Order: sequence, then C-alpha cells, then structure tokens
Amino acid sequence: MRVVYVLWLRQMKRYARSKSRVLGAIGQPLLFLLALGYGLGAVFERAGEGNYLQFLVPGIIAQTILFSAVFWGIQIIWDKQFGFLKETLVAPVPRIKIMIGGALGGATIAAFQGLLVLVISVALGFRPHNWALVPAAIALAAVLALALACFGSGVASMVNDFQGFQAINQFLIFPLYFLSGAIYPLAGIPTVLRLISQINPLSYAIDALRTLLTGTGHFVFGVDLLALGLTVLVTVVFGLVTFRRIQA
Amino acid sequence: MSKAIIELRDVTRRFGGLVAVDGVSFSVEPGEIFAFLGPNGAGKSTTIKMMTTLLRPTSGRLLLDGHDVERAQDAARKAFGIVFQDSSVDNELTAYENMELHAVLYGMSGRKMRERINELLELVHLEGRSKSYVKTFSGGMIRRLEIARGLLHQPKILFLDEPTLGLDTQTRTMLWDYVKKLRHDQGMTVFLTTHYIEEAEDVADRIAVIDHGRIVAMGSTSELTRQTKTGSLEAAYLALTGKAIRDEEADATDKFRARVRSRRR
Repeated sequence: MRVVYVLWLRQMKRYARSKSRVLGAIGQPLLFLLALGYGLGAVFERAGEGNYLQFLVPGIIAQTILFSAVFWGIQIIWDKQFGFLKETLVAPVPRIKIMIGGALGGATIAAFQGLLVLVISVALGFRPHNWALVPAAIALAAVLALALACFGSGVASMVNDFQGFQAINQFLIFPLYFLSGAIYPLAGIPTVLRLISQINPLSYAIDALRTLLTGTGHFVFGVDLLALGLTVLVTVVFGLVTFRRIQA
Repeated sequence: MSKAIIELRDVTRRFGGLVAVDGVSFSVEPGEIFAFLGPNGAGKSTTIKMMTTLLRPTSGRLLLDGHDVERAQDAARKAFGIVFQDSSVDNELTAYENMELHAVLYGMSGRKMRERINELLELVHLEGRSKSYVKTFSGGMIRRLEIARGLLHQPKILFLDEPTLGLDTQTRTMLWDYVKKLRHDQGMTVFLTTHYIEEAEDVADRIAVIDHGRIVAMGSTSELTRQTKTGSLEAAYLALTGKAIRDEEADATDKFRARVRSRRR
C-alpha cells in the first residue's frame, strides 16, 4: 500500500506545483461553457429544450475529466522518454502497484478538475436539481476519472512518442467526446449518430452524471451504471495488461 | 564459479530476425570492477537491460547474487542499484523526495530510512541541496544524486551505464573516486559501460569486449594488450573491434530526445 501511496503522492505534488496545468485544464472547459452555453443557449431554448447551461454542464464536467485523464497519459510517455519510468520498472515492486498508484493520482487530479468546473458552473448560474445528489455525482465522476486514467495509461503504454499519442487523441478522444451527447441531446438525432452514441461508453457516463445533477436523462439510469461499471472493468484490465508489457 | 555475483549463461536476445545478443556467457566475482565495452549497436545496452530486468532474454539464464532475474525477479532487483545512461530522476521533486520515493519502492521506512537518505546525500555532497528541486541541478549534480539513490538500499552490485557521459573532468574524477572508494570500503561489485576506454583502463579489474552480440575478448588490461600484441587498452580495443564506424538504428525514443535537445539549444 505504501508504494501505491507514494506514487499517488508524486502525482499530487507534481500537480500542486504546476499552476499552469491547473489553469490550462480549467481554461478549455470554461471556454466551452461560455461560448456554447451562452452562444447556443437562445437557439436551444427556442427549440423548446429548456435551459442549455443546465443541459451542458454535466457534459463539460465529463469533458474536463476526459481531457485531464488523457493528459495523465502524456505524463507516462514523458516518464518513458525522460527515464523516470525505468527507475520504477527496475524496483522490486509488482508493476500492478506502479500502474495503479499513478492512475489513482491521474484520476484524483481529473476528478478534482471536474469538481472545479462544477463550482465555476454554479457561479455561472447552474443549479443542481437536488443538492443531496451532488455527492453521488462527484463519486460517479471519480469512477469515470479512474476508468479514463486507466485508458490513458493503457494508450500511453502502447505508443512511444507524443506524435503517436496525438494521433490517437485526434482519432479517438475527440470522436468519443463529440459523439457522446455531451453537448447535444441524443433524442431525435440521425440514426447513424444515435447508433454510434449507443456504443460509446462515454454517453452512458455523461447521461448518469446528467441524471444525478439535473434529474433528466436519456437512457435508463440502471443501464448507465451498468455500462459505467463495465467500462471501468475493461479499462482497468486494459491499463494493467498494457503496462505489464512495457519493455524499456 | 558458484561464488560469482553476476553470472550470464549462454544468454541470447533476438528482436525479430535480428540477433542482438548471441550466446553471451561470463561471470563477475564479488568486489570486482568490471567494464563492458563495445561499439554502438554491439549488444551492450541489450545485455544491461536483460541484467537489470528491463528486457527478457530469448534464451539463457542470468543470475545476480545467485537469484535468477526471471524466476526470482524481486530478489534479483534488490541485489543491484543502477545509474542509467539518461537521467531517471523526477525533476519536479526535490532531491530528498526522489530519494524517499526510491526508499519506499525498496521497502524502507521510518527513522532508519531518513538517516540513510541524509547519510548518502552527504556522501555525494548534496546535503545542503536536499530541499531543492532537481530541475535546478546541473548534470553533474543529477548524476551524483542518482549514484546516492542507487546505493540507498545497500545493493551488492552497482550498474553504471555510461555514467560519465556529458560530465566535466572534475565531476568525472570525483565519480571514479567514489566508485573506487565504494569497492574498497564495502566490497561493492561494480559493472560499468563506457565509451571512454582510458576510464575503463584506469578503474576496471577486468574488461569484456562485446561486438556483433558476442564477447570477443575478456581479461585484465595487460591480458588484453598481450593477447592483441598492442601497447594500450585503446589499441587493443580497436584491434578487436576494427575501425569501422557503426550506424545504429535510432529508435523512437532516441529520435525524440535528439529533437528535444536541438530545440533546447
């Protein structure tokens, strides 16, 4: 346990010491909230869909977590390139602990940034429909953060340079995000988009978050939780298997 | 032979069709300073990676202090400390924090751990900088920190992979003085690679020369010069490995580093 703890602590220290990282991670979601929330809000309301900011906030929180977790993957490549990873790989410690310690660190940071976005959203006028459910939403966000950190770690374990990681980013992370119902309702969209969003695990996580925060969802809440549980299982296994395979 | 602290038996490593290390066998006695020389791409790095559990051999056995690196991996890992070719410290942490992280990875804790960390930081004259971020350190200071870290868990073997690359003469002299002192005071076994032949000649008891994945010669400096009928280790080395310059295929990591370096200039 101490090994997992010190590796988690390393991530916390690095994060706390890097102010640009905190600001950078908040800047992008804030831009989305302001530009989309206020820019499309009027159209959204005219279409009879209600308050767009209310709809958008859970999606932006998920976005923050998604991109923070991906950033955590970059950290692994960084460690690979600049040698720190070797220091942990030759230590008499099971690789599982090394991977889990780091991923828990990445997940904690991602969840924390999601929480920051929630706080900012409330300041901008977002109102959870039931404050008592907010802790549950935070817990759910933390689980999503862990799944995405494991996923980011797995992808980073498989590629050796930033270019490769960027390509995966472009072809996987952005489609996952834009085809998830984070920024538009899934009801009434074209069949192809609907089918894609139905196999996109992120759709269910966002839907669950939206249900807890605003009281309205697209899928059945139980299905959301089941899908999220399955996602966590698959990503943790993926992260562990790929990390074990790293040979320096 | 059973008292050898490092033992390689017929070790082979293939990468697809390429045989990087081809049936290498040798052993190192406790307390020996053993230098491993070879041109680029000769199989040096691959051998060190297998000895330090970073890479699995295709066939053959490697024993560190009697522990098989594959079957008794953790015992083998505890037996050695290593200073890698490239820096492997976390720049965003302090010197002390880097040491502490290493100590916990090797199962140390409490007052004993803190005392040992301070003792080793003193050994490499970094005690006054223990709370400084490593990103503020010079290359020589980082290398000293890495040596202190490698010794923290009291290993029996110290691997030094090109430890003096890019260091100034003062730091290099100091580093080899440490190494000799460690062997003298603690009977530490040191396994090193270097491209500076005169350094190997100066510190090593025995030298192995590897080329094209095979050990082409092994022995003390005088044995190697006698064997090749040359006057110095450098001449012996060139007689053994030829004068042709080797082109090594750079992997993605090397290319990336080269790019980062050129950008920093």
